Amino acid sequence: MLNFTLRRLMFTIPTLLLISFIIFLILDLAPNDPTGNLPLTIPPEVRAQIRTSLGLDEPMYWRYLLWCKQFFINEPLNLLNQWFGWCIGDCENRLRVTSFLTRSPVVDLIAERMPQTLWVVGMSYVVGVLIALPIGVISAYKQYSWFDQFGTLIAMIGFSVPTFFTGVLMIVIFSVMIPQDSMFWLPSIYDTTLKVVDWPSFVQQMRQMAMPVMVLALFNAAHISRFMRASMLDNLSQDYVRTARAKGLKEKTVLLVHVLRNSMIPVVTVIALGIPQVFGGAIITEQIFKVNGLGQLLIIGIQNSDIPLVQTLTFLFAVLIVIFNLVADVLYGLLDPRIRYD
Amino acid sequence: MKLKYLVAGTLGAALLSTTAMAQMERGRDGNANIIYWQAASTLNPYLSGGTKDIDAASMVLEPLAHYDENGNMVPTLVDEIPTVANGGVSADLTSITWKLSEGLKWSDGTPVTSADVVFTANYCMDETGGCQQSAKFGGVKSVEALDDLTVKITFDGPKPFPYGPFVGATTPILQAAQFANCMGTAAPTCTEQNFGPIGTGPFTVTEFRANDTISLAANPNYRDPSKPAFATLTFKGGGDAAAAARSVLETGEFDYAWNLQLAPEVLADMEAKGQGTVLSGFGPLVERLMINLTDPDPKWGDERSTVAHPHPFMTDPAVRQALSMAIDRPLLVEIGYGKAGKVTCNVLPSPAIYDSPNNAGCEVQDIAGANALLDEAGWVRGADGVREKDGVRLSILYQTSTNAVRQDFQALIKQWWAEIGVETELKNIDAAVFFGGDQSSPDTFQKLYADVEMYANNFDGTDPEAYMGNWQCSEIPSPDNAWLGGNMPRYCNPDYDKLVKEMAGTADINERARLAIAMNDMLMQSYTIIPLVHRGNVAARSNTLEGVKLNVWDSDLWNVADWSRAK
Repeated sequence: MLNFTLRRLMFTIPTLLLISFIIFLILDLAPNDPTGNLPLTIPPEVRAQIRTSLGLDEPMYWRYLLWCKQFFINEPLNLLNQWFGWCIGDCENRLRVTSFLTRSPVVDLIAERMPQTLWVVGMSYVVGVLIALPIGVISAYKQYSWFDQFGTLIAMIGFSVPTFFTGVLMIVIFSVMIPQDSMFWLPSIYDTTLKVVDWPSFVQQMRQMAMPVMVLALFNAAHISRFMRASMLDNLSQDYVRTARAKGLKEKTVLLVHVLRNSMIPVVTVIALGIPQVFGGAIITEQIFKVNGLGQLLIIGIQNSDIPLVQTLTFLFAVLIVIFNLVADVLYGLLDPRIRYD
Repeated sequence: MKLKYLVAGTLGAALLSTTAMAQMERGRDGNANIIYWQAASTLNPYLSGGTKDIDAASMVLEPLAHYDENGNMVPTLVDEIPTVANGGVSADLTSITWKLSEGLKWSDGTPVTSADVVFTANYCMDETGGCQQSAKFGGVKSVEALDDLTVKITFDGPKPFPYGPFVGATTPILQAAQFANCMGTAAPTCTEQNFGPIGTGPFTVTEFRANDTISLAANPNYRDPSKPAFATLTFKGGGDAAAAARSVLETGEFDYAWNLQLAPEVLADMEAKGQGTVLSGFGPLVERLMINLTDPDPKWGDERSTVAHPHPFMTDPAVRQALSMAIDRPLLVEIGYGKAGKVTCNVLPSPAIYDSPNNAGCEVQDIAGANALLDEAGWVRGADGVREKDGVRLSILYQTSTNAVRQDFQALIKQWWAEIGVETELKNIDAAVFFGGDQSSPDTFQKLYADVEMYANNFDGTDPEAYMGNWQCSEIPSPDNAWLGGNMPRYCNPDYDKLVKEMAGTADINERARLAIAMNDMLMQSYTIIPLVHRGNVAARSNTLEGVKLNVWDSDLWNVADWSRAK
């Protein structure tokens, strides 16, 4: 197992380098220009100067290598400096990956936004899983009952209705139609400066998280509950279930110990593979509720052709996807004794 | 002791009403919330040309003078605006001398001096810094401090409008002490300075979250002790225009929302909720059609859309005039902009002094007239209803950027043009590409590989000299000048160039207005630029917010010091 993990880890290095180069190529070849969104009143000579100051005059391979140096060498060294105070080389004037738009280090921007994304999108994932698992289990156990039909309906709605619709619908109901002094009123705009210090501010944090979390949780729950249900159904008709019942085990034990455990194997993989999406943020939902998460950062970067920012963010997402693929494979091996990689 | 207080209290009450007392105090109205649906990325306007960044910075940093809501210059950090009359501008128009007000302080308590102004000029004029406002310093030869409070700006020739540098929110004064190490190539590395500049404005930055939220607090050293009324201010960014409008007009969570370019009926519905008011103001922004006078046919290869090959039919003035006559401008305004638009027959409709009275009449759509004009010019309808002459068909490729209103306009205009026997093919291009100026892209608005294109443009400040200069022969974009230049129609008229030169040497405002109107009329009467809609800025304010004056000549937040909460 350890051998397998190490081998896979070694293999990820060339994979990630290739991915970073492809991302760079896509961004570079796209017909886009960081000065494109500036007002037309800025004359072309000034635009040319701006492009020069952003380093866009350098040849392509040079800019890629520069990014690699900044990202793979300078940024980790800077992190060591920030976390442990270790100073290796010239730590004062080290060139970090710098956003075109804000002219500030990209990694700092990401670090500033990570907590909101983890809170809102992460919470919605947890809530989604917590809703999905019981729905999946009961739907499968009572197949074709009214509960199953209802669960299917909810799942279909969650799948097919896009978040930009459910999000705005919830805002219209909870922020516009319900009067502001009512206890059910929820803010439509996420206050990113709110600090949780006491009970009232905690309540306020919960209120402002409620809508984005519910919108995303519906979507996640729809997805996972279908997997859970399908996996349960597969297992319920297996011979070992009949054996367990024949031995006179209680129905509860049969269902929750034997069937559920075996059914979880594929579901855990699906959940693990979905985690990188949490870090990726939910672009649309974050945009609707103005949560300053990573998804919103990415879309702002794309709109303004902020190449270093988009490059770094997409690459980090790629890293997470590769890592969680590995985690899912390892988990699979751990959960299912029949699967061995060596 | 008690008696003394009592006497003082009664006297005080007798002299001043309690509300008057309250008005004396800075920060009396608590917190205000502003939402910009594009978030601010930096607070250094010299490193960002974006309106959102310039507006956000205008609460902290101030120029020497700014424009009020009517486009008049008003002193900010000086006592009076230098003019030729008061001796501030030299008689030969080559220099301007500004005198700072006495006793001004930065928010950190240090005095504002002429050294700060000189530093700011050098900061932006450093070519390696990528200063985005360097056009404002065009023609500046030197900026020098004559004494602690006096700054002299010398130009390399006569400058009839010397109010480029340090007037308006785009070129505020930076504190020399803070930015000393941020010159040239070091400019982008000064994150801390760019995110929290020390200024003279009514607010100071307490926290800056890039592309998200700025928290501000009242500046304790602001020159007017009774302002600003708000102790703190939150500047939230992100989302979209509809959500921003909703947060002010429907949910009431925010007090002010910027640039609400929304469908007119959407805004009207939201305003009907009674929480807030929609404001509109008109600057020089005009949505217009640019006619390509050169041939965009791909068969010319590198010489496409260059003056080497005149356009097969757009060079006929009758065709251009007919295209303009067929358009129902009031309907376009109603569908696309509502309160935020007005019909215009001029490409230079504002400020009022420059608005030509000579082109009225375009308000009325005249399909029959347009048809008659084309008949007379010898364009005959073919079997498919499209007019032809000598084997040339009136078939147009009409491009613009991707935007719901623009696509509506395209569809309507295509239909009207079909009624006069002109066939139209529509094309829309992502704004970042269209306006992007990427040399390798065939779809930029400069290359104009189409017969007609539509977009909006305007100019900074109130002086149209540089803007009208866009349509000189030398401004025609072509491969020789890397497709730079603002003369999209490839219009070239020696008489027009003569007027541009004359304006560059004229200081008298009325004479300048006469010249600008003459230039506007030349363009309009040749129908190379077809104006459609005079577009306004739209904003919304909460009904509890007082003192907001929408300003199209300067930052939206130009008078944020005067904003207060309605009692």
